[in-house]
Amino acid sequence: MKKTSVVFLLIFVALAVLHQDAWNWSSSNLVFGFMPVGLAYHALYSITAALFWGIVIKFAWPDDLEEWAEGEENNSTS
Amino acid sequence: MATVWVIVCYLGALLAFALGSKALFRGTSNDYFVASRSIGPFMLLMSVFGTTMTAFALVGSTGKAFERGVGTYGLMASSSGLIHAACFFLIGVKIWSIGKRHGFVTQIQFFRARFGSNGLGYLLFPIFVLLVIPYLLIGVIGAGKTLQPATAGAFPELFQSDNPILNGGVPPWLTGLVICGVVLAYIFAGGSRAAAWANTFQTLVFMGMGLVAFVLIYNVLGQAGSPTNVAARVTEQGEVVQEYAFDKASGKLVKAEKPKVVGKLKHPEEVEQWAGKQPHLTRDEVEITYKAKNPKTKKVVDKTREVGVPWLMFLSYMFIPLSVGMFPHLFQHWLTAKSAKAFKLTLIAHPLCIMIVWVPCVLIGIWASGLLPWGMPPAAILSNVLKTLIGNPILTGMLTAGILAAIMSSLDSQFLCLGTIFTNDVVLHDSKKEYTDKQILFMARSFVVGIVAVTYVLALLLQNQNVFDLAVWCFSGFAALTPLVIAALYWRRATAAGAFASVIAVVVTWFTFFAMSGFGGEFTVMGGIMPAAICWIAGALAMVVVSLATTPPPKETVDKFFV
Repeated sequence: MKKTSVVFLLIFVALAVLHQDAWNWSSSNLVFGFMPVGLAYHALYSITAALFWGIVIKFAWPDDLEEWAEGEENNSTS
Repeated sequence: MATVWVIVCYLGALLAFALGSKALFRGTSNDYFVASRSIGPFMLLMSVFGTTMTAFALVGSTGKAFERGVGTYGLMASSSGLIHAACFFLIGVKIWSIGKRHGFVTQIQFFRARFGSNGLGYLLFPIFVLLVIPYLLIGVIGAGKTLQPATAGAFPELFQSDNPILNGGVPPWLTGLVICGVVLAYIFAGGSRAAAWANTFQTLVFMGMGLVAFVLIYNVLGQAGSPTNVAARVTEQGEVVQEYAFDKASGKLVKAEKPKVVGKLKHPEEVEQWAGKQPHLTRDEVEITYKAKNPKTKKVVDKTREVGVPWLMFLSYMFIPLSVGMFPHLFQHWLTAKSAKAFKLTLIAHPLCIMIVWVPCVLIGIWASGLLPWGMPPAAILSNVLKTLIGNPILTGMLTAGILAAIMSSLDSQFLCLGTIFTNDVVLHDSKKEYTDKQILFMARSFVVGIVAVTYVLALLLQNQNVFDLAVWCFSGFAALTPLVIAALYWRRATAAGAFASVIAVVVTWFTFFAMSGFGGEFTVMGGIMPAAICWIAGALAMVVVSLATTPPPKETVDKFFV
């Protein structure tokens, strides 16, 4: 496995762990005066997930797949 | 009546937009099944997101938040942002490249070729069909149940009902007929390309309408200082009360002099912990008893609701979003992509789109706990909040159109995918006869017509059954099958026997839990673990153990699927 893939795998696992925000479990504090902190955290989590996938695309995009897909075994129906 | 006209205009616009794609239709079966693999990044995002988000995204999320509170978002939405995108990246892009290279248009074609087994296709075919059909029924029945209260009063002479909330509303049989007719019209005409165009239109509509609904509701409930103040609260006596009420005549939210008691803590010893708190704002579990009318006997009975989310359920729910890795209708959308690069926008924007739709819906559900009767069915929460707080027939029509958009953007892909599977994996696969492309196209369209008709009849027969409870079971089944696709794509050593063992292990464990649940409904094991997690582990273990115990697949077969 490539080094970048290992790094992204570890970040993915870290994100999965961070999904379990036990520290917000009992809190009813509000963010922006209306959003419970447990919801605000997970909304931020969604933005973080989008950023993570943006970085994955930048540094670990499988460029070889496109060329391979167009390869000679290409079926005429495609 | 204005509500009905808005919905009719929406359906007309949708039909016109989707049929507009006919101008680009190339008249081939390949264009019908996978839009000649020509869909660009934006339409791919819209069709993948629109297909993934069913009626559950708007109606179900609000209802679930009404029941369980703030944990609903983490339980179902934020995890999906991470896991769905992972499935698109690790499974979708690879499937696209293999499909493009080998000309596959269905999942079963891929699995048959990868494992060199026709039998695997015959095993998977009924499983896919049986898991997709309840999903279709949820859409058609859900549309009927949404439209009838929203249009109540429009046709008092024509559509009479004993229930005053539904009297004069468009009946479910007519809604189902119209919805199925509209979807059939554009799928019949333009296939996959029409589905992509329609999904783009529908996704923009339901995202836009969701935000409009949120802003309108926020403005009304903001009269309480913060709209979140409206959510139900526990008193010093352990009663659950609603402190605010909406006065329709003045259009104002008023603080009740005497809060309305809607329930009480089931365990009195928890009063000290909960006094003064709003249970929907945290994820701590608390059982609350409340009164609800039994829809069959019409008698008022005591019921108990668990607000909050058990930790094990929260953890094991991470397996449910894996279902997108095996949805046959999503598989077909992936194959429509113009290039692998077209997936990039979907990967980044999908978690954000989920956030845009789910955060407002979850908040509305939390707020509704302080306004609506606790015995109200969860699926009715969103429409009742709109009707209570907004009350404008044109806005109600627009927001109902948004809900229909979410429903129909999944229905079209599911109809098309079943038609594609029947044509390619059942008829053409074993046929010794050579069919022309026109004949294949005719066959696919005929199957789509048949599937729509069967779905409509089933929806009529089952409209009073609670098929909504089946949704999570459909997702669980598809999620538990993902070890099959992961092994097929990333493990050269995976064998046909391993694939059979994996599918059978999933079927056996899934059916066991399904039966234990009483054939539907929310069900967990060992203190909160979702059955999907156990089925997934069983499928993965069976794949690994049996593959290692059997002869490796021929190198020339495997080489076709690895770069």
